[in-house]
This record gives sequence, structure tokens and C-alpha cells, in this order.
Amino acid sequence: MAKQAKLKGTNRARSEFIWGWLFILPTMLGLFALNIIPIFQTIYQSFFKAGAFGRGNVFVGLDNYKRMFADESVWQALFNTFKYAVVEVPFSIAIALVLAVLLNRHMRGRSLYRTIYFLPMVAAPAAVAMVWRWLYNSEFGLLNHLLNTLGFDSVNWISNPNTTFVWIAVVGIWSVIGYNMVLFLAGLQEIPQDYYEAAMIDGASAVKQFFNITVPLISPMMFFVSVTRIIAAMQVFDVIYMMMDRNNPAFFKTQSLVYLFYRYSFVESDRGYGSAIVMLLLLVIMIITVIQIRMQKKWVNYN
Amino acid sequence: MENRKYINSILLHLVLIMGSIVMLVPFLWMVLTAFKTISESTQMNPFVMFPSEWRFDAFESVMTKMSFGRLYWNTLVLMLGRVFFAVITATLAGYAFGRLEFRGRNLMFSLVIFQMMVPVQIFIIPQYLIVSGLGMLNTSFALIFPGLVSAFGTFLLRQSYMSLPKELEEAARLDGCNIGQTFLYVMAPLTRSAMVALGIFTALFAFKDLMWPLVVNTEQSTIPLSAALAKIQGQFAANYPELMAASLLAVIPMIIIYLFFQKQFIQGIATSGGKL
Repeated sequence: MAKQAKLKGTNRARSEFIWGWLFILPTMLGLFALNIIPIFQTIYQSFFKAGAFGRGNVFVGLDNYKRMFADESVWQALFNTFKYAVVEVPFSIAIALVLAVLLNRHMRGRSLYRTIYFLPMVAAPAAVAMVWRWLYNSEFGLLNHLLNTLGFDSVNWISNPNTTFVWIAVVGIWSVIGYNMVLFLAGLQEIPQDYYEAAMIDGASAVKQFFNITVPLISPMMFFVSVTRIIAAMQVFDVIYMMMDRNNPAFFKTQSLVYLFYRYSFVESDRGYGSAIVMLLLLVIMIITVIQIRMQKKWVNYN
Repeated sequence: MENRKYINSILLHLVLIMGSIVMLVPFLWMVLTAFKTISESTQMNPFVMFPSEWRFDAFESVMTKMSFGRLYWNTLVLMLGRVFFAVITATLAGYAFGRLEFRGRNLMFSLVIFQMMVPVQIFIIPQYLIVSGLGMLNTSFALIFPGLVSAFGTFLLRQSYMSLPKELEEAARLDGCNIGQTFLYVMAPLTRSAMVALGIFTALFAFKDLMWPLVVNTEQSTIPLSAALAKIQGQFAANYPELMAASLLAVIPMIIIYLFFQKQFIQGIATSGGKL
């Protein structure tokens, strides 16, 4: 009897082994071919330079990295990317959180508001960037139009090297608010209503409830959203690619790291240098993520 | 007290309506500009918000310059192709990772997680070289290629399988189902909502993908909408009615689908995005 059970156990184990590998096989094959091996290829490529006429690879050791460290445009692009993220991430999170709190109640028009705020998420970023570029147009754009009507001077929204990153980030915020809001709404639904009822009995104001109940209890979701948002913001490409022309005076001070990666890899076909840039991006993202994970103990409330 | 509640509610709606206006104005301006003439579109009189006459000239001109039928088709193939492969491979792998015990499982799953933590740009050059090595640049296959498997989808489906009660599986086994049958007839149908969430998520991000289509498909006849918009921007220069007409044609199908299935969209994003 015991022997039979054991036999059955091993049969089961063997069959789980076979089925298990059978089931993960397509994913794992794809994952190795599309992702795991390419990671090593990119690392490898970063030590090479494509030979003349695109033929053959020449080993250049650390040259691509040396060139990168001496390349002002890379550091500027990294700084530009940070600037973009520093504006986009906090604002898109804060606004989305406030919206989620306002919408997390039974009220008229709730789903209509939710639909509207989420709308930019379903538009192609290329179209979004194009319409914002039109709104920002310094001569004929709607925004300067409105400013002039109100008696203000026109603003060079996307051609002033010092401020353009803010207006680019505004497009990013506008695009992603609905996404963050939907995640926060899902998080808010998990908070037991009793907490608020108890606070009401104690006479706590809405603002107090927000900071003492909502924020601590939604902090795990805020942590998650901020980690993923920063990673996404560090990879900003579409808006920059669509809105900034090479001859725009603000171009140098807004082009992002991923934009540089794209240009070197696929426009100038310097894949070795492009690979080195993407390694820098990986390093930066890893450092930021580790810092965030370290800091989460200070503000994220798990219980 | 009642009065205060009333005022609060009005204030709340006021804030939300102002926010809504900010969200809608770019879309509205897109629509209005698309129906104007060039000279109307550049008029600085703020009281001329609306076109003097609703003209379809910009649309007609854009449709002769760009073959929208082709662009919609390419975009649809890109989206459905990625959804098809992601949902099938992730459903299979998600079940194995979530419900089966086998040697090598944890190691393989850690690779799945690892993939999700790495910025996608790191894969692009080698992926491009594979596609070009296969001689498949400028094909639908090239567009779908990076989405043949989905680490994120695998993770999402695994979570979904793990939340199912163990009794179901045992009952199926007692009824004589082998693992394949248990998966196909009992377990997989129960993860339908996760599959739908993954499908919506995948379709939406395939629709929005810009860099990959720009890289692999350069011929006019093979590009999807996103890349087509990027290309016309230089060509149409300052013809904003045409640029806006093209943008509108590019976003309108997705917006209509979204308005019909908004519940599924928002739930799909909330369940999948929340686990990303």
C-alpha cells in the first residue's frame, strides 16, 4: 500500500515535471531568444564597433565607454531625463491620487469623469505629441492665443532651452494621470470603510482623514506606482521624438537618453555606442530602484 | 449641515469639471483644427474657435496621401498578433509556474521576473538583428516579434492561477483528468478575466508602441499608425488641419473601442497594471 502510494507520488512528480516543462517551453524559448540572450549580446556589442560598410565587428575594448564618459551630450541627455522625471513623476502621482480620492465615492458622473481622465491613455503617443505641439505652437497655438487674449505675452513653450522640459513633462503628466488614477482607485477600494467612519465620529476633517488614513494605507500602491513611473519616465522617448526637431534651440537640453540611444543605434548605425548608452540607462535605473527599495521602509506602510 | 454638504458637492464637481476640460481640450482642438482651412487654423482671433464651415478637405487630402486602410490593417495585425501569442504562451506558462511543482521551476521563473526589471531598450538592437538576419524586416512578423512571449503576462496569469482553490484541481484529477486535461477543461477557463486583462493591456501597448515599428518597418506599406504619424509630421510641415485630421483618424478607432468597453479597459488596466 505504502509502496503504491510512493509509486503514485513519483508518477505524479514525473508527470508534473513533463507537463510543467512542456507548458513553459514556448515562453522560455521565446524569453531566451528575445530577452535573455539579447541582454548578453548588448553587453558584448558595447565593446565593439561596427566596421566600415556595416561589415564585421571590431573589438574596441572600453572605447565606447570612454567616449561616453567624455561625451557632453550623453551627460546632458541623462540630466534632461532626470529633469523630465522629476517633474513628471511627482505631479502625475499627486494629481492622480487626489483625483482617485475625489472619485472614490458614490456620486453623480463618477464613471464619466473616470472615462474622461483615462482617455489620453488610449490615444497613440504620436498623435498626442502632435496635438500638443500644435497647442504649444508659438505663433498660432491655442495656448498663446489664450495668453494673448488675457493680455499676456506669448511663451516659447517648446523652444526655450531652459523651460521646455517642463512643458514636455506636462504632456507626460496629462497622458499618464488616468493610468495612475485607475491604479489608485483600485488601491483605495481595499481600504475598509470603517476607518473613515471611525474618523468621522472622532470629528476628523477630510484633509486629516486623507493624510492619516488614506495616505498611509495607500502607500504600498504609491510605492509601486512611483517605482514603475520613474522607470518609465527614465525611458521617455515618444514625446521627445515627436515634439523636438534637431534644429530646435531647446533640442540639446531636452533630448533624452533613450532618444540618444535610438539615434546612435538606428540612425547613425553605431550599435556599439548605442549599446554602451543603454548600459548606462540600465545602471541608472538599477541604482534608482535600489534607492527606492531602501527608502520604502521610511514611508511605506505594510500591515 | 445639509447646506454644507451641498456646497461641498458643487465644489467637488467644479474641480472635476475643470480637470475634465484640461483633459478634453487637446482632443477638442484636434477635432476643430481638422475641419478648418489652413488660414482659419492660423487665425489669431480667439473668438474664431470653430471652423466657419465643417470641411472634410483635410481628411480627403490626408486619405489620398496616406493609405489608411493599410495603416489600420497593419495596426490591427500588430495588436492581435501580440495579443494572440502573449495570451496563449502566458496561459500555458502561468499555469505551470502557478500550479505545478517541477525541478527548475523557480530558476526559470526568476528569469521571467528578471526580464520584467530590465529596460526594454536593452533588447532592441539584438532583436532587430534577429529580424533582419531572418530577412523579415518590413513584415507583419517583424511588428509582432518582440511580443511573441510575455514575461509580464506569464507573471499575471501565474498570479491568477495561484488564486484558484486547490480542490478544483483535485476533483478533476479524481475524475481521471491528466494535467493537460485539468488545465484545458477546468483551470484555464477560470482565468478568463486575467486573459482579458492581459489582452487589453497587450493590445493597448502594441497600439502605442513607436520605437520598434520605426526601427523594423521602414516601407510605407508595412508601418502601423504610430510610425505613420511620426513620418508625416515632417512632410506636412505646418499644415495643421491635415496633421490633426491624420491624428484624429489614428486615434478615433481606439477611442470608440474604449468608449464601448471602458469597464473592461479600466478593469484590465487596474488588474494588470497593478501587478506590473
